[in-house]
Amino acid sequence: MTALLTIIVLVFILVAIWQMVKIFDLAQAKNENSQVATDKDNTINGYLMMGFLAFIYIITIVCFAKWGDLPLMSNSASEHGPTIDNLMIISMIIIFITQTITQFLLHYFAFKYKGEKGKKALFFADNNKLEAIWTIIPVIVLAGLIIYGLNTWINIMGVDESDDPLVIELYAQQFNWKARYGGADNTLGKANVRLIDIDRANILGLDEADPNAQDDVITTELHLPVGKPVLFKMRSQDVLHSAYMPHFRAQMNCVPGMITQFGFTPTVTTAEMRQTPEMIEKVANINNIRVEKSQKLIAEGGEALERYEFDYLLLCNKICGKSHYNMQMKIVVETQEEYDAWMKEQKEFKNSLVN
Amino acid sequence: MSAHEDTHAHDAHDDHGHHHKETFVTKYIFSQDHKMIAKQYLITGTIMGVIGVLMSMMFRMQIAWPEEPNVLFEALLGKWAPEGVMDADIYLALVTIHGTIMVFFVLTAGLSGTFSNLLIPLQIGARDMASGFLNMVSYWLFFLSSVIMVISLFVEAGPAAAGWTIYPPLSALPMAQGGSGMGMTLWLVSMAIFIASSLLGSLNYVVTVINLRTKGMSMTRLPLTIWAFFVTAVIGIISFPVLLSAALLLIMDRSFGTSFFLSDIFIQGEVLHYQGGSPVLFEHLFWFLGHPEVYIVILPAMGLVSEIMASNSRKPIFGYRAMIASILAIAFLSTIVWGHHMFISGMNPFLGSVFTFTTLLIAIPSAVKAFNWITTLWKGNLQMNPAMLFSIGFVSTFITGGLTGIILGDSALDINVHDTYFVVAHFHLVMGISALYGMFAGIYHWYPKMFGRMLNKNLGYIHFWITAVCAYGVFFPMHFIGMAGLPRRYYTNSNFPLFDDLANVNVIITIFALIGGVVQIVYLYNFFSSIFYGKKATQNPWSSTTLEWTTPVEHIHGNWPGEIPHVHRWAYDYSKPGHDVDFVPQNIPLKEGEEELQH
Repeated sequence: MTALLTIIVLVFILVAIWQMVKIFDLAQAKNENSQVATDKDNTINGYLMMGFLAFIYIITIVCFAKWGDLPLMSNSASEHGPTIDNLMIISMIIIFITQTITQFLLHYFAFKYKGEKGKKALFFADNNKLEAIWTIIPVIVLAGLIIYGLNTWINIMGVDESDDPLVIELYAQQFNWKARYGGADNTLGKANVRLIDIDRANILGLDEADPNAQDDVITTELHLPVGKPVLFKMRSQDVLHSAYMPHFRAQMNCVPGMITQFGFTPTVTTAEMRQTPEMIEKVANINNIRVEKSQKLIAEGGEALERYEFDYLLLCNKICGKSHYNMQMKIVVETQEEYDAWMKEQKEFKNSLVN
Repeated sequence: MSAHEDTHAHDAHDDHGHHHKETFVTKYIFSQDHKMIAKQYLITGTIMGVIGVLMSMMFRMQIAWPEEPNVLFEALLGKWAPEGVMDADIYLALVTIHGTIMVFFVLTAGLSGTFSNLLIPLQIGARDMASGFLNMVSYWLFFLSSVIMVISLFVEAGPAAAGWTIYPPLSALPMAQGGSGMGMTLWLVSMAIFIASSLLGSLNYVVTVINLRTKGMSMTRLPLTIWAFFVTAVIGIISFPVLLSAALLLIMDRSFGTSFFLSDIFIQGEVLHYQGGSPVLFEHLFWFLGHPEVYIVILPAMGLVSEIMASNSRKPIFGYRAMIASILAIAFLSTIVWGHHMFISGMNPFLGSVFTFTTLLIAIPSAVKAFNWITTLWKGNLQMNPAMLFSIGFVSTFITGGLTGIILGDSALDINVHDTYFVVAHFHLVMGISALYGMFAGIYHWYPKMFGRMLNKNLGYIHFWITAVCAYGVFFPMHFIGMAGLPRRYYTNSNFPLFDDLANVNVIITIFALIGGVVQIVYLYNFFSSIFYGKKATQNPWSSTTLEWTTPVEHIHGNWPGEIPHVHRWAYDYSKPGHDVDFVPQNIPLKEGEEELQH
């Protein structure tokens, strides 16, 4: 229905445009009509350029005011998160300043120097000093950004094994995620898709003979103890996937035939994150939207939507097939005690096999 | 020089050549005349563009009103939209084919093919391309590849749906996705033919620019358009063969059981035999073309815009030499930055650092170009023709879209915005919309040269202003939903309550997209009706300096009826002091005592 209405509106807009053009053309019929811009065209379009500049500024302000509460989608929940957010904010400020100035110059010049008959333009072909200035300024700014960026990147990607990180495998398949913990020895057992045996419930293809594999734990929810470094080893059994954990500012592709890795330290538990004022506001807003939608659904004879409660998520962020849009896993960050209690309830690999 | 002798030989031949009988077939279909081939490229590109834009309007409606029945879907998608609700498979196919068509068929062949063919011989003062025959073959291969791509839309299991980047294994395994069967086979065949067409075209452009310049047309007197087309052709020759090899290896993996890109795969209950290949290798090969490709798209647009801005500002382009240097710098850097698409592909993080460095360097020549365009406007006498508006619009979107490149090119920041709508916003503004603006600018400016008639300027104004507002309306808010973590290529976001507060943004974006898409009808109407009913053009309607405006309005084979004009000055003598008129064409000799600028 909405779509139909939209189409009708669009058709009307077209008709309106057609009418406007007819009027324009009729108005010009008497004059010499060469289809080359006249002084009047120059003036009108010059003013429109200023209007367009205002439009760019307004859309920028509206977007930032409505959706731009940086850092977006809540504060980061990992140790390296703030460094990324800072770099992001610095980059955004540089972009914002450059954008504001250059768009102003471009549109203002288009307005200011709009053509008039008999006027002659300035013959100004070259100026080495000017060109040197706007080569050197970007060089300096970019040098700063490159150095800052590379430093951040190396810090994030460099995994320090001496921290004794918790090793977890993220296992991707069309269209769900599994997590595998190393168990008491914190060592993942050997695995290969060739060893998958669905009948024995060996779904990740662990090597049943490998002693390290015996105490591995396979789960469908990702639990992380707060403050403990985690090293993820990613694996995929079929196509490319990408493990995207936006709240932790973390992402890495999962590649069949290869193990990739990404490490971070979660700093905020799920419970704490739910209590931050920004998150309370965001969740309340989302629930208002959902209530509205539910009313509409019920009126149409459907079911109401569930109330939303915040959880960290792992999303698939590399196109992977039909249900790519629904490939997710819940992440729970909790205290060490809660984590240990949860872990105790999980089945070890050797006990999960079906004989 | 042999080039010179050549033109004379041509002259002699041409004096008799006029009496050749041209049949309908040799004139309009299998034509070897570069002007006709340019028009063929443009019209084929336009038709493909209509298909591509229609697709984007359909998937935008799905994103805004997910899983709602839509009469349009029911009518156009048939079995893929049972009861008018779009299927998830076809959503991915639409996204994939939209990308492929727009990048390759519209903005590569449609833009570069049209204007390189039209302008290279005309602006350098040549009778035709170095090889008219190869030129014809190039167009017909492009036509064939377009037909195959369109046919692929109708195969049983659906067209290719693995994203325009067709990463294996998704694209390699028919059991991974419906579209990876016959649809993907046709996609690969179509692209292989497309690449052959593009290579033939590029070789021809390079040879023509090097050998067939008229007397006096030194490299530093060339209009910037020609520089842009020339460098674009060189990048194409360097990078397109690599995509061809990637496509061939993928065909091998798909059909002959090799393992170039595949290894250790368990799908639908069985282990496949592939071992030892790597999808990351495919990503390297793909992006070794894929990144230069965006410059193949944008450089010709830059060239067109530089020329149009100078002509309509009645001023020389500012910093001619710096413009050439930055084209060359961009071209060089473009071949060593492909890894910035792969920061989180599992590639060694050290390589990521290298690619961050080279990528951010590209901002420097880009900034120089932007500032030079702005300075070209300064103290000009701006003629606001539709072509000029699109050129100014080009600079505007190029800046807006280009600036976010310093976020995406920074590996540390890319971690969190990779493959989100932030990327979609970035590349659509900086290469999609910008290149499209460049193409529109070129069409409005050179339409009189192509068809001997003028486009209606009022329709042009309406076309530009509504398009300009819609382009920002669509892509500016998209940055923000991307920064909020919304991944691209999701059929619906309703499975993530986390993103519920972004749903209204998507509705706004879609409304702008629909208006922007529909308003292109104004342009199409203008374009096709003006071919027959447009106001007759004069020889040099924009009072430009370049050689194409010294040819007669009526197209003739060989371009100039008499001798080819000789060139005595650079292409930008606008408003030069000491002359009564505000433009001095390139074929006018220097006055006594007049100095040619050292450009």
